[in-house]
Amino acid sequence: MAKESKGTGPQIVIANNLASGRVVFLEKGAGAGSVSWGGLIETAEVAEDEARANELLALAEADVSARNEVMDAYLIDVEVTDEGLRPTKYREAIRCLGPTIRLDLGKQAEGAEA
Amino acid sequence: MYRYDEHDHALVQDRVKQFRRQVERRIAGEISEEQFRPLRLMNGLYLQLHAYMLRVAIPYGTLDSRQMRKLAYIARRYDKGYGHFTTRQNIQYNWPKLEETPDILAELAEVEMHAIQTSGNCIRNVTSDQYAGAAKGEIEDPRIWCEIARQWSTLHPEFSFLPRKFKIAITGCENDRAAVKVHDIGMIMKRDDAGEVGFEVIVGGGLGRTPFVGKTIREFLPKEDFLSYLEAVLRVYNQLGRRDNKYKARIKVTLHETGKEEFTRLVEEEWNAIKDSTLKLPKEEVDRIAAHFEPPAFKAFEDAAPACDARAAADPEFAAWLRHNVNEHKASGYAIANISVKPVGEPPGDVTSEQMDAMADMADEFSFSELRVTHVQNVVLPHVEKDQLPALFDKLTEAGLATANVGLLSDIICCPGLDYCALANARSIPIAQELTKKYTLEKQQEVGDLQIKISGCINACGHHHVGHIGILGVDRKGEEHYQVQLGGSASEEAALGKIIGRGFTGEEVVDVVDKILDTYLELRQEDESFIECFRRLGQDPFKERVYGTA
Repeated sequence: MAKESKGTGPQIVIANNLASGRVVFLEKGAGAGSVSWGGLIETAEVAEDEARANELLALAEADVSARNEVMDAYLIDVEVTDEGLRPTKYREAIRCLGPTIRLDLGKQAEGAEA
Repeated sequence: MYRYDEHDHALVQDRVKQFRRQVERRIAGEISEEQFRPLRLMNGLYLQLHAYMLRVAIPYGTLDSRQMRKLAYIARRYDKGYGHFTTRQNIQYNWPKLEETPDILAELAEVEMHAIQTSGNCIRNVTSDQYAGAAKGEIEDPRIWCEIARQWSTLHPEFSFLPRKFKIAITGCENDRAAVKVHDIGMIMKRDDAGEVGFEVIVGGGLGRTPFVGKTIREFLPKEDFLSYLEAVLRVYNQLGRRDNKYKARIKVTLHETGKEEFTRLVEEEWNAIKDSTLKLPKEEVDRIAAHFEPPAFKAFEDAAPACDARAAADPEFAAWLRHNVNEHKASGYAIANISVKPVGEPPGDVTSEQMDAMADMADEFSFSELRVTHVQNVVLPHVEKDQLPALFDKLTEAGLATANVGLLSDIICCPGLDYCALANARSIPIAQELTKKYTLEKQQEVGDLQIKISGCINACGHHHVGHIGILGVDRKGEEHYQVQLGGSASEEAALGKIIGRGFTGEEVVDVVDKILDTYLELRQEDESFIECFRRLGQDPFKERVYGTA
């Protein structure tokens, strides 16, 4: 069971695709009966407050059980930077971009298909 | 090399079929991730920071060219063109897809490889001296005993759910290249007063958050009692080992809390009850396995190698490679060639599929098709004719594998760190890269023997506790920081390093290493290595230089 929001700023939901293991994001427009996952952080639905964050997490967890497409969904803190939406913690930033020592790998190199 | 018999083949094939069905059920939603996780881990499949990671066992670090080519093929076909050799003589692939993993395991099974027991609370890959069967002064080839331990421990019903993972290392030399004293069980082959060969048994070593150098609980164990004694140690651990706290569950804590004397008494009591059972090793079975490790058909050579000597006299780069990467062999006219996979600025232990293929070709041409993977994350061609060394060096140079730095500053052990690992707190590879870029080979040679080991978290996969200079990445208030420790060693004189003081940022830590090395170069006595100098002087002069105060 994923933890509820502890964040105070904007948050998104991150998970792993079951078949590929790749990192995916809960996409914009998430609502009951309308949940999709994408490989680009730019397409992630951003929760601006705690209530919406917990709502997104609940939708994500329900989808984990219902459609078996992704796993291990949880919330991460993000901020808007010059490069776009970025996680505030370096661990999650590396997770969302790829290895810092191999810029030819991961999402930083491959985009949505990574 | 050991070749699978029909039982090994059947076991591995059955496991591939079983895992294929498990994956199908997981993808179909018939089992949950919670149910599937232990099943995938039993087959070496982790979920890491960016993707799945598959850890493949290379038993006691020995493989042949056919197996290396298969590892290259898997990297190319199923991953992103490279693999990572680990500190446990295994290989990890960082980007496999779940749905393709059964196919990868089937490919591995074709060349007698697998990923069984590369995860979970069981007996893991038994590791050994990378020079086994080739080292001068070796008492016996320890891989015979590693293989016996592998067969005994594979799917051992009593030891498949231990309190925690369990690692065994065995060496046949006094000069320990397998870090046996920081394993759950370490065994050193030795002779008793009558000249009989057996083992010194060391228990309770380990790194991680509670590091210990192992303690000798039996000075001499006859060979025939090898399995019964292992079984006795594991039984005592299985009964006493803590299952209430995973951080206190390793045998090192069990031994520490029980006390060496009482732990030893319990092991000996158990051993006396079982040593004359079916676990007593029949000589014919040992001989059968030993036959797989017979040395190759070495030619009869004089030790002189005129072609090699002439090239060394004319080519300083070759001479440097010869000095640092080539070791003495037990057979006259042969040498052990270490292939450094630590080129300047590259992640330690990472090898491309092209380089794996090239090494396989070189093994065929120069080393009876044999290769070894070392716990220091390098590769070895164990049996090379000395006069073939120039030709080998040329091929290594072509493949980008001729870095002459084995045992030097840039021959760094480094875990994947936060660039890949879900457990890590900080990145480790960038620190290694900066250090290798900072020092020229000439400077490294001036410094001499030096082991830097870097871990990205307290789990210590990068062995920082036993680095002459150990670096540990930590998270400090959301920033990567690095603690530095000095004086560790993984050798026969194993020791744990001590933290010198407050930590540093990633930028600072490279300069800190510089200050430590300057101090050493100023204070060393003639021919004194870094670790010898540190043992003579202690931490104070190094701390004073780093912090400006003792």
